[in-house]
Amino acid sequence: MASTLDFEKPIIELENKIKELKTFAEEKKIDLSDEIIKLEQRAEELKKSTYQNLIPWQKVLIARHPERPNSLDYIKLLITDFMELHGDRLYGDDPAVIGGIGRFQGQPVTVIGHVKGKDTKENVARNFGMAHPEGYRKALRLMKQAEKFNRPVLFFVDTPGAYPGMGAEERGQGEAIARDLMVMSALKTPLITVVIGEGGSGGALAFSVADRLLMQEYAYFSVSTPEACASILWKDGTKAREAAEALRLTAQDLLELGVIDGIIKEPLGGAHRDYKSAAEYVSKEISKHLNELLQCSIDTILEERYKKFRAMGHIG
Amino acid sequence: MVLEFFRKQKYVTVKANQEKRDIPEGLWVKCTRCSEIIYTKELEKNYKVCHKCNYHFRLTARERINMILDADSFTEYDSQLTSSNPLNFEGYEEKILKSQETTGLKEAVVTGEGTINGYPVVLAVMDSRFIMASMGSVVGEKITRAIERALEKKYPLIIFAASGGARMQEGMLSLMQMAKTSAALARFDKAGLLYISVLTDPTTGGVTASFASLGDIIIAEPGALIAFTGPRVIEQTIKQKLPEGFQRAEFMRQHGFVDMIVSRDKMRETLANILELHVKEE
Repeated sequence: MASTLDFEKPIIELENKIKELKTFAEEKKIDLSDEIIKLEQRAEELKKSTYQNLIPWQKVLIARHPERPNSLDYIKLLITDFMELHGDRLYGDDPAVIGGIGRFQGQPVTVIGHVKGKDTKENVARNFGMAHPEGYRKALRLMKQAEKFNRPVLFFVDTPGAYPGMGAEERGQGEAIARDLMVMSALKTPLITVVIGEGGSGGALAFSVADRLLMQEYAYFSVSTPEACASILWKDGTKAREAAEALRLTAQDLLELGVIDGIIKEPLGGAHRDYKSAAEYVSKEISKHLNELLQCSIDTILEERYKKFRAMGHIG
Repeated sequence: MVLEFFRKQKYVTVKANQEKRDIPEGLWVKCTRCSEIIYTKELEKNYKVCHKCNYHFRLTARERINMILDADSFTEYDSQLTSSNPLNFEGYEEKILKSQETTGLKEAVVTGEGTINGYPVVLAVMDSRFIMASMGSVVGEKITRAIERALEKKYPLIIFAASGGARMQEGMLSLMQMAKTSAALARFDKAGLLYISVLTDPTTGGVTASFASLGDIIIAEPGALIAFTGPRVIEQTIKQKLPEGFQRAEFMRQHGFVDMIVSRDKMRETLANILELHVKEE
Protein backbone atom coordinates (compact mmCIF):
# COMPACT_ATOMS: atom_id res chain seq x y z
CA MET A 1 0.00 0.00 0.00
CA ALA A 2 1.38 3.34 -1.05
CA SER A 3 0.35 5.40 1.92
CA THR A 4 0.19 3.84 5.34
CA LEU A 5 -0.95 5.64 8.45
CA ASP A 6 1.30 5.24 11.52
CA PHE A 7 -1.15 3.18 13.50
CA GLU A 8 -1.76 0.91 10.50
CA LYS A 9 1.91 -0.05 10.21
CA PRO A 10 2.10 -2.93 12.73
CA ILE A 11 -1.04 -4.46 11.23
CA ILE A 12 0.20 -4.21 7.69
CA GLU A 13 3.63 -5.59 8.64
CA LEU A 14 1.98 -8.59 10.24
CA GLU A 15 -0.26 -9.10 7.24
CA ASN A 16 2.73 -9.00 4.94
CA LYS A 17 4.50 -11.59 7.06
CA ILE A 18 1.52 -13.90 6.83
CA LYS A 19 1.50 -13.49 3.07
CA GLU A 20 5.21 -14.31 2.90
CA LEU A 21 4.74 -17.34 5.09
CA LYS A 22 1.90 -18.58 2.90
CA THR A 23 3.99 -18.26 -0.26
CA PHE A 24 6.91 -19.92 1.47
CA ALA A 25 4.76 -22.84 2.62
CA GLU A 26 3.33 -23.30 -0.82
CA GLU A 27 6.67 -23.15 -2.58
CA LYS A 28 8.39 -25.52 -0.20
CA LYS A 29 5.28 -27.67 0.21
CA ILE A 30 5.52 -27.48 3.99
CA ASP A 31 2.42 -27.48 6.15
CA LEU A 32 2.53 -24.26 8.19
CA SER A 33 -1.23 -23.88 8.50
CA ASP A 34 -1.19 -23.93 12.33
CA GLU A 35 1.28 -21.05 12.47
CA ILE A 36 -0.59 -19.19 9.78
CA ILE A 37 -3.90 -19.52 11.56
CA LYS A 38 -2.32 -18.31 14.79
CA LEU A 39 -0.79 -15.32 13.06
CA GLU A 40 -4.03 -14.51 11.31
CA GLN A 41 -5.85 -14.56 14.61
CA ARG A 42 -3.22 -12.23 16.02
CA ALA A 43 -3.61 -9.88 13.10
CA GLU A 44 -7.35 -9.88 13.56
CA GLU A 45 -7.03 -9.12 17.27
CA LEU A 46 -4.50 -6.40 16.61
CA LYS A 47 -6.86 -4.80 14.10
CA LYS A 48 -9.78 -4.99 16.47
CA SER A 49 -7.89 -3.47 19.38
CA THR A 50 -6.40 -0.75 17.17
CA TYR A 51 -9.67 0.26 15.54
CA GLN A 52 -11.72 0.09 18.72
CA ASN A 53 -9.41 2.57 20.38
CA LEU A 54 -8.93 5.19 17.70
CA ILE A 55 -8.79 8.77 18.89
CA PRO A 56 -10.76 11.37 16.86
CA TRP A 57 -7.64 12.62 15.11
CA GLN A 58 -6.87 9.10 13.85
CA LYS A 59 -10.39 8.90 12.43
CA VAL A 60 -9.80 12.19 10.64
CA LEU A 61 -6.67 10.64 9.12
CA ILE A 62 -8.64 7.58 7.96
CA ALA A 63 -11.34 9.86 6.54
CA ARG A 64 -8.63 11.64 4.56
CA HIS A 65 -6.80 8.51 3.50
CA PRO A 66 -5.76 9.02 -0.13
CA GLU A 67 -6.88 5.52 -1.01
CA ARG A 68 -10.24 5.80 0.64
CA PRO A 69 -13.06 5.07 -1.83
CA ASN A 70 -14.47 8.33 -3.21
CA SER A 71 -17.81 9.24 -4.76
CA LEU A 72 -16.75 7.82 -8.12
CA ASP A 73 -16.04 4.44 -6.51
CA TYR A 74 -19.40 4.31 -4.76
CA ILE A 75 -21.17 5.32 -7.95
CA LYS A 76 -19.36 2.56 -9.80
CA LEU A 77 -20.21 -0.01 -7.12
CA LEU A 78 -23.78 1.03 -6.30
CA ILE A 79 -25.34 2.78 -9.27
CA THR A 80 -26.21 1.06 -12.52
CA ASP A 81 -26.72 2.86 -15.85
CA PHE A 82 -25.05 5.95 -14.41
CA MET A 83 -24.93 8.98 -16.67
CA GLU A 84 -23.02 12.05 -15.62
CA LEU A 85 -24.76 15.39 -16.18
CA HIS A 86 -22.54 18.43 -16.42
CA GLY A 87 -22.75 22.13 -15.72
CA ASP A 88 -24.73 24.69 -13.77
CA ARG A 89 -26.18 26.44 -16.87
CA LEU A 90 -24.86 29.71 -15.47
CA TYR A 91 -21.10 29.71 -15.54
CA GLY A 92 -19.40 26.35 -15.89
CA ASP A 93 -18.94 22.79 -14.80
CA ASP A 94 -17.21 22.18 -11.50
CA PRO A 95 -15.10 19.00 -11.53
CA ALA A 96 -15.07 18.97 -7.71
CA VAL A 97 -18.73 17.93 -7.80
CA ILE A 98 -20.13 15.01 -9.75
CA GLY A 99 -23.80 14.81 -10.60
CA GLY A 100 -25.88 12.47 -12.65
CA ILE A 101 -28.70 10.00 -12.95
CA GLY A 102 -28.86 6.24 -12.76
CA ARG A 103 -30.44 3.40 -10.85
CA PHE A 104 -29.96 2.29 -7.28
CA GLN A 105 -31.27 -1.28 -6.95
CA GLY A 106 -33.49 -0.61 -9.93
CA GLN A 107 -34.88 2.66 -8.57
CA PRO A 108 -34.10 5.75 -10.70
CA VAL A 109 -32.11 8.22 -8.60
CA THR A 110 -30.13 11.40 -8.94
CA VAL A 111 -26.64 11.21 -7.47
CA ILE A 112 -24.62 14.23 -6.36
CA GLY A 113 -21.26 14.11 -4.63
CA HIS A 114 -17.98 15.86 -3.97
CA VAL A 115 -15.06 14.18 -5.68
CA LYS A 116 -11.58 14.11 -4.21
CA GLY A 117 -8.73 12.71 -6.25
CA LYS A 118 -6.50 9.83 -5.20
CA ASP A 119 -3.21 11.27 -6.42
CA THR A 120 -1.83 14.71 -7.06
CA LYS A 121 -2.85 14.76 -10.69
CA GLU A 122 -6.43 13.76 -9.96
CA ASN A 123 -6.57 16.13 -7.02
CA VAL A 124 -5.45 19.06 -9.12
CA ALA A 125 -8.12 18.21 -11.68
CA ARG A 126 -10.77 17.86 -8.95
CA ASN A 127 -9.52 20.82 -6.90
CA PHE A 128 -9.12 18.45 -3.91
CA GLY A 129 -12.88 18.10 -3.72
CA MET A 130 -13.29 21.78 -2.85
CA ALA A 131 -16.23 23.11 -4.84
CA HIS A 132 -16.75 26.54 -6.35
CA PRO A 133 -20.19 28.19 -6.54
CA GLU A 134 -20.79 26.48 -9.90
CA GLY A 135 -20.49 23.11 -8.12
CA TYR A 136 -23.21 24.06 -5.64
CA ARG A 137 -25.33 25.51 -8.46
CA LYS A 138 -24.93 22.38 -10.57
CA ALA A 139 -26.15 20.45 -7.54
CA LEU A 140 -29.07 22.86 -7.18
CA ARG A 141 -30.06 22.38 -10.81
CA LEU A 142 -29.93 18.61 -10.50
CA MET A 143 -31.91 18.67 -7.25
CA LYS A 144 -34.71 20.62 -8.91
CA GLN A 145 -34.58 18.26 -11.86
CA ALA A 146 -34.86 15.30 -9.47
CA GLU A 147 -37.89 16.93 -7.83
CA LYS A 148 -39.53 17.40 -11.21
CA PHE A 149 -39.14 13.72 -12.10
CA ASN A 150 -39.81 12.39 -8.59
CA ARG A 151 -36.37 10.90 -8.28
CA PRO A 152 -34.87 10.46 -4.83
CA VAL A 153 -31.45 12.11 -4.48
CA LEU A 154 -28.40 10.39 -3.02
CA PHE A 155 -25.62 12.69 -1.86
CA PHE A 156 -22.04 11.67 -1.13
CA VAL A 157 -20.24 14.20 1.04
CA ASP A 158 -16.45 14.23 0.86
CA THR A 159 -14.83 17.65 0.98
CA PRO A 160 -12.38 19.54 3.16
CA GLY A 161 -14.63 22.57 2.58
CA ALA A 162 -15.86 25.00 -0.03
CA TYR A 163 -12.95 26.48 -1.98
CA PRO A 164 -11.56 29.61 -0.29
CA GLY A 165 -10.42 31.51 -3.38
CA MET A 166 -11.01 34.79 -5.18
CA GLY A 167 -13.14 33.41 -8.01
CA ALA A 168 -15.32 31.56 -5.55
CA GLU A 169 -15.98 34.79 -3.65
CA GLU A 170 -16.60 36.81 -6.81
CA ARG A 171 -19.19 34.31 -7.95
CA GLY A 172 -20.96 34.17 -4.58
CA GLN A 173 -19.82 31.12 -2.66
CA GLY A 174 -22.02 32.13 0.28
CA GLU A 175 -25.14 32.63 -1.82
CA ALA A 176 -24.60 29.34 -3.65
CA ILE A 177 -24.41 27.35 -0.43
CA ALA A 178 -27.28 29.25 1.20
CA ARG A 179 -29.52 28.53 -1.79
CA ASP A 180 -28.73 24.81 -1.62
CA LEU A 181 -29.67 24.74 2.07
CA MET A 182 -32.95 26.55 1.51
CA VAL A 183 -34.02 24.57 -1.55
CA MET A 184 -32.99 21.21 -0.08
CA SER A 185 -34.97 21.85 3.08
CA ALA A 186 -38.19 21.94 1.05
CA LEU A 187 -37.36 19.73 -1.95
CA LYS A 188 -40.27 17.44 -2.71
CA THR A 189 -38.42 14.17 -3.07
CA PRO A 190 -36.62 11.87 -0.61
CA LEU A 191 -33.04 12.91 0.17
CA ILE A 192 -30.31 10.71 1.62
CA THR A 193 -26.81 11.93 2.40
CA VAL A 194 -23.85 9.73 3.22
CA VAL A 195 -20.67 11.33 4.53
CA ILE A 196 -18.04 9.04 3.04
CA GLY A 197 -14.89 10.84 4.14
CA GLU A 198 -14.45 14.47 5.04
CA GLY A 199 -17.41 16.60 6.02
CA GLY A 200 -15.76 19.99 6.00
CA SER A 201 -17.92 22.91 7.12
CA GLY A 202 -20.48 24.77 5.00
CA GLY A 203 -19.23 23.17 1.81
CA ALA A 204 -20.27 19.78 3.18
CA LEU A 205 -23.47 21.05 4.79
CA ALA A 206 -24.67 22.23 1.38
CA PHE A 207 -25.45 18.58 0.53
CA SER A 208 -26.61 17.55 3.99
CA VAL A 209 -30.09 18.96 4.59
CA ALA A 210 -31.45 15.48 3.95
CA ASP A 211 -34.15 13.21 5.37
CA ARG A 212 -31.40 10.85 6.42
CA LEU A 213 -27.92 12.10 7.21
CA LEU A 214 -25.67 9.07 7.55
CA MET A 215 -21.98 8.81 8.24
CA GLN A 216 -19.52 6.05 7.67
CA GLU A 217 -17.85 4.80 10.79
CA TYR A 218 -14.55 6.64 10.21
CA ALA A 219 -15.88 9.71 8.42
CA TYR A 220 -15.87 13.07 10.16
CA PHE A 221 -18.14 16.11 9.94
CA SER A 222 -17.06 19.36 11.46
CA VAL A 223 -17.87 23.04 11.69
CA SER A 224 -14.36 23.61 10.32
CA THR A 225 -11.33 21.48 9.70
CA PRO A 226 -9.47 20.75 12.94
CA GLU A 227 -6.51 22.72 11.57
CA ALA A 228 -8.63 25.81 10.90
CA CYS A 229 -10.29 25.54 14.30
CA ALA A 230 -6.93 25.32 16.06
CA SER A 231 -5.59 28.30 14.17
CA ILE A 232 -8.70 30.41 14.75
CA LEU A 233 -9.22 29.62 18.43
CA TRP A 234 -5.71 28.99 19.64
CA LYS A 235 -3.71 30.72 16.91
CA ASP A 236 -1.84 27.45 16.47
CA GLY A 237 -2.57 25.30 13.44
CA THR A 238 -0.45 22.47 14.81
CA LYS A 239 -2.97 21.76 17.56
CA ALA A 240 -5.29 19.99 15.13
CA ARG A 241 -5.22 16.80 17.18
CA GLU A 242 -6.58 18.66 20.23
CA ALA A 243 -9.16 20.46 18.09
CA ALA A 244 -10.36 17.16 16.64
CA GLU A 245 -10.98 16.02 20.19
CA ALA A 246 -12.79 19.20 21.28
CA LEU A 247 -15.00 19.59 18.20
CA ARG A 248 -16.73 16.21 18.63
CA LEU A 249 -16.61 15.56 14.93
CA THR A 250 -16.71 11.76 14.77
CA ALA A 251 -19.74 9.83 13.60
CA GLN A 252 -20.18 8.41 17.10
CA ASP A 253 -20.13 11.89 18.71
CA LEU A 254 -22.54 13.31 16.15
CA LEU A 255 -25.03 10.50 16.57
CA GLU A 256 -24.99 11.19 20.30
CA LEU A 257 -25.48 14.93 19.70
CA GLY A 258 -28.47 14.20 17.47
CA VAL A 259 -26.87 15.71 14.39
CA ILE A 260 -26.88 12.55 12.26
CA ASP A 261 -29.39 9.75 11.81
CA GLY A 262 -27.12 6.74 11.60
CA ILE A 263 -23.65 5.27 11.31
CA ILE A 264 -22.65 2.98 8.47
CA LYS A 265 -20.24 0.24 9.43
CA GLU A 266 -16.95 -0.02 7.60
CA PRO A 267 -14.80 -3.09 7.05
CA LEU A 268 -12.25 -3.59 9.80
CA GLY A 269 -9.33 -1.28 9.12
CA GLY A 270 -11.42 1.24 7.20
CA ALA A 271 -13.16 1.48 3.84
CA HIS A 272 -9.85 1.80 1.98
CA ARG A 273 -8.91 -1.75 2.99
CA ASP A 274 -11.89 -3.31 1.23
CA TYR A 275 -13.92 -1.25 -1.26
CA LYS A 276 -16.43 -3.97 -2.00
CA SER A 277 -17.59 -4.65 1.52
CA ALA A 278 -17.51 -0.93 2.31
CA ALA A 279 -19.90 -0.40 -0.60
CA GLU A 280 -22.08 -3.30 0.54
CA TYR A 281 -22.55 -1.74 3.96
CA VAL A 282 -23.40 1.61 2.35
CA SER A 283 -25.80 -0.07 -0.06
CA LYS A 284 -27.61 -1.89 2.72
CA GLU A 285 -28.16 1.28 4.74
CA ILE A 286 -29.24 3.41 1.80
CA SER A 287 -31.62 0.67 0.74
CA LYS A 288 -33.17 0.45 4.22
CA HIS A 289 -33.68 4.20 4.56
CA LEU A 290 -34.80 4.73 1.00
CA ASN A 291 -37.45 2.05 1.35
CA GLU A 292 -38.68 3.65 4.56
CA LEU A 293 -38.92 7.02 2.86
CA LEU A 294 -40.62 5.67 -0.24
CA GLN A 295 -43.40 4.34 2.02
CA CYS A 296 -44.16 7.87 3.28
CA SER A 297 -46.17 10.60 1.60
CA ILE A 298 -44.13 13.57 0.46
CA ASP A 299 -45.96 15.83 2.93
CA THR A 300 -44.90 13.62 5.81
CA ILE A 301 -41.35 13.56 4.53
CA LEU A 302 -41.21 17.36 4.31
CA GLU A 303 -42.76 17.79 7.74
CA GLU A 304 -40.32 15.35 9.32
CA ARG A 305 -37.38 16.93 7.54
CA TYR A 306 -38.35 20.38 8.78
CA LYS A 307 -38.87 19.15 12.32
CA LYS A 308 -35.52 17.41 12.35
CA PHE A 309 -33.54 20.50 11.39
CA ARG A 310 -35.77 22.78 13.46
CA ALA A 311 -34.72 20.84 16.55
CA MET A 312 -30.98 21.19 15.92
CA GLY A 313 -29.02 22.98 18.58
CA HIS A 314 -28.72 23.15 22.30
CA ILE A 315 -30.25 25.96 24.34
CA GLY A 316 -29.12 26.68 27.89
CA MET B 1 35.62 63.45 17.68
CA VAL B 2 34.00 63.73 14.30
CA LEU B 3 31.87 60.67 14.97
CA GLU B 4 30.47 62.34 18.00
CA PHE B 5 28.90 64.83 15.65
CA PHE B 6 26.83 62.14 13.92
CA ARG B 7 25.59 60.59 17.11
CA LYS B 8 21.95 60.69 17.68
CA GLN B 9 20.99 63.65 19.76
CA LYS B 10 19.76 62.80 23.16
CA TYR B 11 16.41 64.13 24.18
CA VAL B 12 15.05 64.74 27.57
CA THR B 13 12.26 62.27 28.31
CA VAL B 14 9.14 63.79 29.68
CA LYS B 15 6.86 61.61 31.68
CA ALA B 16 3.63 61.05 29.81
CA ASN B 17 1.30 61.80 32.68
CA GLN B 18 2.69 65.30 33.07
CA GLU B 19 1.90 66.23 29.51
CA LYS B 20 -1.41 64.44 29.04
CA ARG B 21 -4.31 66.78 28.86
CA ASP B 22 -7.22 65.90 31.00
CA ILE B 23 -9.84 64.74 28.49
CA PRO B 24 -12.93 63.06 29.85
CA GLU B 25 -13.08 59.55 28.45
CA GLY B 26 -15.19 59.02 25.38
CA LEU B 27 -15.52 62.65 24.41
CA TRP B 28 -13.52 62.16 21.24
CA VAL B 29 -13.25 59.17 18.93
CA LYS B 30 -10.67 58.35 16.31
CA CYS B 31 -12.07 57.12 13.00
CA THR B 32 -11.04 53.51 12.40
CA ARG B 33 -10.40 54.14 8.74
CA CYS B 34 -9.08 57.69 8.28
CA SER B 35 -7.92 58.44 11.84
CA GLU B 36 -9.90 61.67 11.93
CA ILE B 37 -10.58 62.78 15.48
CA ILE B 38 -14.33 63.19 15.84
CA TYR B 39 -16.34 64.73 18.64
CA THR B 40 -18.47 61.87 20.01
CA LYS B 41 -21.69 63.85 20.06
CA GLU B 42 -21.08 64.89 16.48
CA LEU B 43 -20.53 61.26 15.51
CA GLU B 44 -23.73 60.16 17.18
CA LYS B 45 -25.70 62.87 15.47
CA ASN B 46 -24.26 61.64 12.19
CA TYR B 47 -25.53 58.05 12.72
CA LYS B 48 -22.04 56.99 13.79
CA VAL B 49 -20.65 57.71 10.35
CA CYS B 50 -17.34 59.53 9.91
CA HIS B 51 -18.08 62.93 8.34
CA LYS B 52 -14.74 62.90 6.57
CA CYS B 53 -14.42 59.43 5.00
CA ASN B 54 -17.97 58.02 5.34
CA TYR B 55 -16.72 55.12 7.45
CA HIS B 56 -19.69 53.42 9.08
CA PHE B 57 -18.75 52.62 12.66
CA ARG B 58 -20.08 49.28 13.86
CA LEU B 59 -23.27 49.68 15.82
CA THR B 60 -24.53 47.84 18.85
CA ALA B 61 -27.85 46.08 18.42
CA ARG B 62 -29.60 48.66 20.62
CA GLU B 63 -28.19 51.58 18.67
CA ARG B 64 -29.38 49.98 15.47
CA ILE B 65 -32.87 49.33 16.78
CA ASN B 66 -33.14 52.93 17.98
CA MET B 67 -32.09 54.21 14.57
CA ILE B 68 -34.47 52.01 12.59
CA LEU B 69 -37.69 51.57 14.53
CA ASP B 70 -40.28 54.13 15.55
CA ALA B 71 -39.56 55.38 19.07
CA ASP B 72 -40.74 53.03 21.82
CA SER B 73 -42.26 50.59 19.34
CA PHE B 74 -39.90 47.70 20.04
CA THR B 75 -41.01 44.58 21.89
CA GLU B 76 -38.19 42.13 22.38
CA TYR B 77 -38.52 38.37 21.88
CA ASP B 78 -36.64 35.69 23.80
CA SER B 79 -34.36 38.13 25.56
CA GLN B 80 -33.38 35.60 28.22
CA LEU B 81 -32.26 32.79 25.92
CA THR B 82 -28.66 31.86 26.72
CA SER B 83 -26.11 29.42 25.39
CA SER B 84 -25.04 26.30 27.18
CA ASN B 85 -21.79 24.52 26.56
CA PRO B 86 -23.02 21.39 24.75
CA LEU B 87 -19.54 20.12 23.80
CA ASN B 88 -17.96 21.07 27.14
CA PHE B 89 -15.59 23.20 25.13
CA GLU B 90 -12.82 24.57 27.30
CA GLY B 91 -13.21 28.23 28.14
CA TYR B 92 -16.54 28.69 26.36
CA GLU B 93 -18.64 29.53 29.43
CA GLU B 94 -16.13 32.17 30.51
CA LYS B 95 -16.16 33.64 27.02
CA ILE B 96 -19.94 33.94 27.07
CA LEU B 97 -19.98 35.45 30.55
CA LYS B 98 -17.39 38.02 29.53
CA SER B 99 -19.36 38.98 26.44
CA GLN B 100 -22.54 39.22 28.48
CA GLU B 101 -20.82 41.57 30.90
CA THR B 102 -19.31 43.85 28.28
CA THR B 103 -22.40 44.03 26.07
CA GLY B 104 -25.28 43.74 28.52
CA LEU B 105 -26.78 41.23 26.08
CA LYS B 106 -27.50 37.55 26.67
CA GLU B 107 -26.45 36.55 23.17
CA ALA B 108 -25.20 37.94 19.86
CA VAL B 109 -28.57 38.74 18.33
CA VAL B 110 -31.51 40.83 19.52
CA THR B 111 -34.89 39.95 18.03
CA GLY B 112 -38.35 41.40 18.35
CA GLU B 113 -41.05 43.38 16.66
CA GLY B 114 -41.78 47.03 16.17
CA THR B 115 -42.83 49.55 13.58
CA ILE B 116 -41.07 51.61 10.91
CA ASN B 117 -43.14 54.63 9.93
CA GLY B 118 -46.05 52.74 11.39
CA TYR B 119 -45.44 49.56 9.36
CA PRO B 120 -45.11 46.54 11.63
CA VAL B 121 -42.03 44.36 11.15
CA VAL B 122 -40.19 41.55 12.84
CA LEU B 123 -36.59 42.60 13.31
CA ALA B 124 -33.38 40.74 14.16
CA VAL B 125 -30.16 42.62 14.76
CA MET B 126 -26.79 41.00 15.32
CA ASP B 127 -24.21 42.57 17.60
CA SER B 128 -20.61 41.93 16.62
CA ARG B 129 -19.28 42.76 20.09
CA PHE B 130 -20.63 39.44 21.31
CA ILE B 131 -18.00 36.80 20.28
CA MET B 132 -17.95 38.41 16.82
CA ALA B 133 -21.67 37.64 16.54
CA SER B 134 -20.78 34.10 15.70
CA MET B 135 -23.80 31.85 15.21
CA GLY B 136 -24.26 29.22 17.88
CA SER B 137 -27.44 27.38 18.86
CA VAL B 138 -29.03 30.41 20.53
CA VAL B 139 -28.38 32.82 17.67
CA GLY B 140 -29.83 30.26 15.25
CA GLU B 141 -32.79 29.60 17.53
CA LYS B 142 -33.62 33.27 18.08
CA ILE B 143 -33.45 34.00 14.37
CA THR B 144 -35.56 30.95 13.55
CA ARG B 145 -38.18 31.94 16.14
CA ALA B 146 -38.22 35.46 14.73
CA ILE B 147 -38.82 34.05 11.24
CA GLU B 148 -41.59 31.82 12.55
CA ARG B 149 -43.26 34.70 14.40
CA ALA B 150 -43.11 36.87 11.30
CA LEU B 151 -44.73 34.01 9.39
CA GLU B 152 -47.45 33.63 12.01
CA LYS B 153 -48.22 37.35 12.09
CA LYS B 154 -47.67 37.78 8.34
CA TYR B 155 -45.22 40.60 9.07
CA PRO B 156 -42.28 41.50 6.87
CA LEU B 157 -38.94 40.34 8.26
CA ILE B 158 -35.78 42.44 8.44
CA ILE B 159 -32.49 40.96 9.58
CA PHE B 160 -29.40 43.10 10.13
CA ALA B 161 -26.60 40.60 9.68
CA ALA B 162 -23.12 40.92 11.13
CA SER B 163 -21.08 37.86 11.96
CA GLY B 164 -17.70 36.23 12.03
CA GLY B 165 -19.38 32.97 11.02
CA ALA B 166 -20.21 29.77 12.82
CA ARG B 167 -19.39 29.49 16.52
CA MET B 168 -16.53 27.05 16.68
CA GLN B 169 -17.15 26.17 20.33
CA GLU B 170 -20.48 24.55 19.52
CA GLY B 171 -19.09 22.44 16.69
CA MET B 172 -21.64 20.85 14.38
CA LEU B 173 -24.56 22.17 16.42
CA SER B 174 -23.44 25.59 15.31
CA LEU B 175 -23.11 24.59 11.63
CA MET B 176 -26.60 23.11 11.73
CA GLN B 177 -28.03 26.54 12.55
CA MET B 178 -27.37 27.43 8.93
CA ALA B 179 -29.69 24.62 7.86
CA LYS B 180 -32.26 25.50 10.52
CA THR B 181 -32.53 29.18 9.64
CA SER B 182 -32.53 28.47 5.90
CA ALA B 183 -35.30 25.89 6.30
CA ALA B 184 -37.41 28.40 8.25
CA LEU B 185 -36.82 30.97 5.51
CA ALA B 186 -37.95 28.47 2.87
CA ARG B 187 -41.34 28.30 4.62
CA PHE B 188 -41.45 32.06 5.03
CA ASP B 189 -40.63 32.49 1.35
CA LYS B 190 -43.34 30.05 0.28
CA ALA B 191 -45.92 32.06 2.22
CA GLY B 192 -45.21 35.03 -0.05
CA LEU B 193 -43.88 37.26 2.70
CA LEU B 194 -41.17 39.87 2.42
CA TYR B 195 -37.68 39.36 3.84
CA ILE B 196 -35.16 42.20 3.68
CA SER B 197 -31.61 41.23 4.53
CA VAL B 198 -29.27 44.06 5.50
CA LEU B 199 -25.58 43.21 5.45
CA THR B 200 -23.41 45.21 7.81
CA ASP B 201 -19.73 45.10 8.61
CA PRO B 202 -18.65 42.29 8.78
CA THR B 203 -20.97 39.61 7.39
CA THR B 204 -18.99 36.44 6.81
CA GLY B 205 -18.87 32.66 6.97
CA GLY B 206 -21.90 30.61 7.91
CA VAL B 207 -24.18 33.64 8.16
CA THR B 208 -23.30 34.71 4.60
CA ALA B 209 -23.84 31.10 3.53
CA SER B 210 -27.31 31.00 5.02
CA PHE B 211 -29.99 33.56 5.93
CA ALA B 212 -28.00 36.70 5.08
CA SER B 213 -27.86 35.73 1.38
CA LEU B 214 -31.51 34.70 1.11
CA GLY B 215 -33.32 38.03 1.24
CA ASP B 216 -35.91 39.03 -1.35
CA ILE B 217 -34.07 42.30 -1.22
CA ILE B 218 -30.48 42.50 -0.02
CA ILE B 219 -29.15 45.84 1.19
CA ALA B 220 -25.60 46.53 2.30
CA GLU B 221 -24.05 49.34 4.28
CA PRO B 222 -21.25 51.21 2.49
CA GLY B 223 -17.85 49.58 2.89
CA ALA B 224 -19.16 46.53 4.75
CA LEU B 225 -17.07 43.38 4.44
CA ILE B 226 -19.27 40.69 2.93
CA ALA B 227 -17.61 37.33 2.46
CA PHE B 228 -17.93 33.61 2.77
CA THR B 229 -14.24 33.04 3.37
CA GLY B 230 -12.61 35.99 5.12
CA PRO B 231 -9.82 37.90 3.35
CA ARG B 232 -7.07 36.62 5.67
CA VAL B 233 -7.78 32.98 4.86
CA ILE B 234 -7.98 33.68 1.12
CA GLU B 235 -4.65 35.49 1.23
CA GLN B 236 -3.12 32.51 3.00
CA THR B 237 -4.57 30.13 0.40
CA ILE B 238 -3.58 32.02 -2.75
CA LYS B 239 -0.41 33.45 -1.17
CA GLN B 240 -0.95 36.96 -2.49
CA LYS B 241 -2.50 40.17 -1.34
CA LEU B 242 -6.13 40.82 -2.26
CA PRO B 243 -6.91 43.94 -4.28
CA GLU B 244 -8.26 47.02 -2.51
CA GLY B 245 -12.02 46.82 -2.01
CA PHE B 246 -12.25 43.04 -2.51
CA GLN B 247 -15.34 41.64 -0.77
CA ARG B 248 -16.58 45.08 0.22
CA ALA B 249 -20.23 46.04 -0.24
CA GLU B 250 -19.50 47.94 -3.47
CA PHE B 251 -17.66 44.91 -4.89
CA MET B 252 -20.53 42.63 -3.93
CA ARG B 253 -23.04 44.89 -5.65
CA GLN B 254 -20.87 44.96 -8.76
CA HIS B 255 -20.80 41.15 -8.75
CA GLY B 256 -24.54 40.86 -8.40
CA PHE B 257 -25.02 39.80 -4.80
CA VAL B 258 -26.40 43.00 -3.31
CA ASP B 259 -29.41 44.98 -4.56
CA MET B 260 -28.36 48.32 -3.19
CA ILE B 261 -25.95 50.08 -0.93
CA VAL B 262 -27.68 52.37 1.50
CA SER B 263 -25.86 54.74 3.82
CA ARG B 264 -27.01 54.85 7.38
CA ASP B 265 -28.79 58.18 7.28
CA LYS B 266 -31.04 56.82 4.51
CA MET B 267 -31.57 53.32 5.92
CA ARG B 268 -34.79 53.88 7.84
CA GLU B 269 -36.37 55.79 4.99
CA THR B 270 -35.33 53.15 2.44
CA LEU B 271 -36.77 50.34 4.55
CA ALA B 272 -40.00 52.28 5.01
CA ASN B 273 -40.28 52.78 1.25
CA ILE B 274 -39.76 49.11 0.55
CA LEU B 275 -42.31 48.16 3.20
CA GLU B 276 -44.81 50.58 1.71
CA LEU B 277 -44.39 49.01 -1.74
CA HIS B 278 -45.18 45.61 -0.28
CA VAL B 279 -48.33 46.47 1.60
CA LYS B 280 -50.99 44.00 0.54
CA GLU B 281 -54.45 45.27 -0.17
CA GLU B 282 -56.84 43.39 2.05
